[in-house]
Amino acid sequence: MTTMIRKLVLTTAAAVALSTGAAAAAESEQHIEDVAFSFEGPFGSYDQMQLQRGLQVYTEVCSGCHGLKQVPVRTLHDEAGPGIPEDQVRAYARDILPPVFDAETGEERPREPTDHFPESALPNAPDLSLMAKARAGFHGPYGLGINQLFRGTGGPEYIVSLLAGYTGEEKEEAGAVLYENTAFPGGWISMGPPLYDEAVVYADGHANDMHHIAEDVAAFLMWSAEPKLVARKEAGFQAVLFLAVLSVLLYLTNKRIWAPVKRRAKGTPAE
Amino acid sequence: MSGIPHDHYEPKPGFETWLHRRLPIVALMYDTLMIPTPKNLNWMWIWGIVLTFCLVMQIATGIVLTMHYTAHVDMAFASVEHIMRNVNGGYMLRYLHANGGSLFFVAVYLHIFRGLYYGSYKAPREVTWIIGMLIYICMMGTAFMGYVLPWGQMSFWGATVITGLFGAIPFIGESIQTWLLGGPAVDNATLNRFLSLHYLLPFVIAALVAVHIWAFHSTGNGNPTGVEVRRGSKAEAEKDTLPFWPYFVIKDLFALAVILAVFFAVVGFMPNYLGHPDNYIEANPLVTPAHIVPEWYFLPFYAILRAFTPDVWVVQIASVLTGGIVDAKFFGVMAMFGSIVVLALVPWLDTSSVRSGRYRPMFKWWFWLLAIDFVVLTWAGAMPAEGIYPIIALIGAAYWFAYFLVILPLLGVLEKPLPQPATIEDDFNAHYGHAESGAKAPSATPAE
Repeated sequence: MTTMIRKLVLTTAAAVALSTGAAAAAESEQHIEDVAFSFEGPFGSYDQMQLQRGLQVYTEVCSGCHGLKQVPVRTLHDEAGPGIPEDQVRAYARDILPPVFDAETGEERPREPTDHFPESALPNAPDLSLMAKARAGFHGPYGLGINQLFRGTGGPEYIVSLLAGYTGEEKEEAGAVLYENTAFPGGWISMGPPLYDEAVVYADGHANDMHHIAEDVAAFLMWSAEPKLVARKEAGFQAVLFLAVLSVLLYLTNKRIWAPVKRRAKGTPAE
Repeated sequence: MSGIPHDHYEPKPGFETWLHRRLPIVALMYDTLMIPTPKNLNWMWIWGIVLTFCLVMQIATGIVLTMHYTAHVDMAFASVEHIMRNVNGGYMLRYLHANGGSLFFVAVYLHIFRGLYYGSYKAPREVTWIIGMLIYICMMGTAFMGYVLPWGQMSFWGATVITGLFGAIPFIGESIQTWLLGGPAVDNATLNRFLSLHYLLPFVIAALVAVHIWAFHSTGNGNPTGVEVRRGSKAEAEKDTLPFWPYFVIKDLFALAVILAVFFAVVGFMPNYLGHPDNYIEANPLVTPAHIVPEWYFLPFYAILRAFTPDVWVVQIASVLTGGIVDAKFFGVMAMFGSIVVLALVPWLDTSSVRSGRYRPMFKWWFWLLAIDFVVLTWAGAMPAEGIYPIIALIGAAYWFAYFLVILPLLGVLEKPLPQPATIEDDFNAHYGHAESGAKAPSATPAE
């Protein structure tokens, strides 16, 4: 019995010791920085100004290659999202290129707010609609998921780290240029550095160094991936509050119902 | 029902009697709700209610989700996003359904391990146990097919890997795999039949649950002491039991409310924690994810599946003996299904006449080691199949089989059990009554 336990403990210890090296190596490969976003935590919500800046970054930089095909343009008006006025959303939709091909008329027409954003312009550029949920910045330790429990999945953090993670090194492989990136798994990415300081000029004069731009677009992509985040957290909070009150009431009811039974157990001990 | 003497429903004159003669449905409900229940049940006896709630919630949310979902390889992924963005409350419905699956499995594993510790599977409750195992297998099938429906990368590749297991069966495997998939690979036909079965199986589960409840209402509930309720007379039985309503209904509802508070916190604040990021990438048959991992509740069995690599000597012996027909892949598949078969056969593998683990000093240790083994296997299943992990999985798998096939049969012979309380009443009074009555009854604490 004891030898069995000792063997198990030793095996576990050996396993942890051996895996430490491998896991540490795998984790040091990817450098992900933790960004304090406004939408984190149970009560976090989107920063409307940040989403609007992020939309500008997406429009001026990302949309050249990447699409947002799951996102209806009208949702830019959402109060819990970018909150852009309706007439501006309509004007924005009209300006999106390419226009929509209408199957009924067989002709192209300008985009309406009810249409979605277009697909990626480049076939090998992934769609960005769900990118902030389709990537995990935080892992481990040792596959236990503890980092994600306390810091979140880290999708937006991954995006920031990727956009700001270029080292400047390039290499050519099979006719394609690859760029070294400290956040990308494997270290070499085929997307060239998309951002630089002052790549975008904000109307509100907000800081536009590369890191701020990256944070803004990451926040926007988190919204595009999870537009109902605020409503969901509110629903969750209400449910937890309601259930907490219900639990207390049921606890008291239960105690009351069982009290005479337990009193009887005291009064008439077992024969 | 239950063979425990108790009051039965007496229809009042008039409509109640009229209905009772034609359909004794009120009597059925009365007897079900008022069933005499051992009064010493502890907090591990609440998982049945949680599981029933899960089934109802999954069916309710699932029916609405199906109204908005499109089972076509070109549209499934976008239709899920449509639910998340455009359907009223769709984001809650989907997250409740997705995380509801996890709650379902948390509850069923605790329910099963409760049964293993307290010997709930022993005579005369073997049929209850077997039906429970059938429910568990149906749950696994339902959950697996449900995970395929969003048509993400893990959906597609999970389906490819799991249906590939059937392909490992010698001679007939490939035909079975093609038959399951409705074609040579996971495609539109697969997606459609998985939706059809994912919708069907929960109703099969509901029917099995009714039989499961019928079975243990016929034998009476087990309890932490494993001592049976006295059935000599109604007065005697009432010393050991209390009616299910209101004593256990309220207790169970309290536990359910607490568990749901945690559940809604997960759904509200971290709904993707238990999911895999890759499943937010639309399925692409041309791109294989770096690590194909099933949902967490399949991981222990996935670990057993992968533990038997070609360099394990048991696998090599099996291969030589069968002239190469049993290769490592097929051996792994047999081990995985076998690990559930031994679990189902535990009523006949456990030779001890003492039901409750509380009075089995040696068994306790082996049981807790099995619980740890299960957690370790879950963890090993999530790790890449390289380095030390396959060895850990192999040790874990070996212990799983050893527990059921060697340790349980031997313990019944070798172990000297502790004295059990004479009655359930003694156990209950020992816990809640005076100190002197506690000294009289030899039992330990009834509440965990």
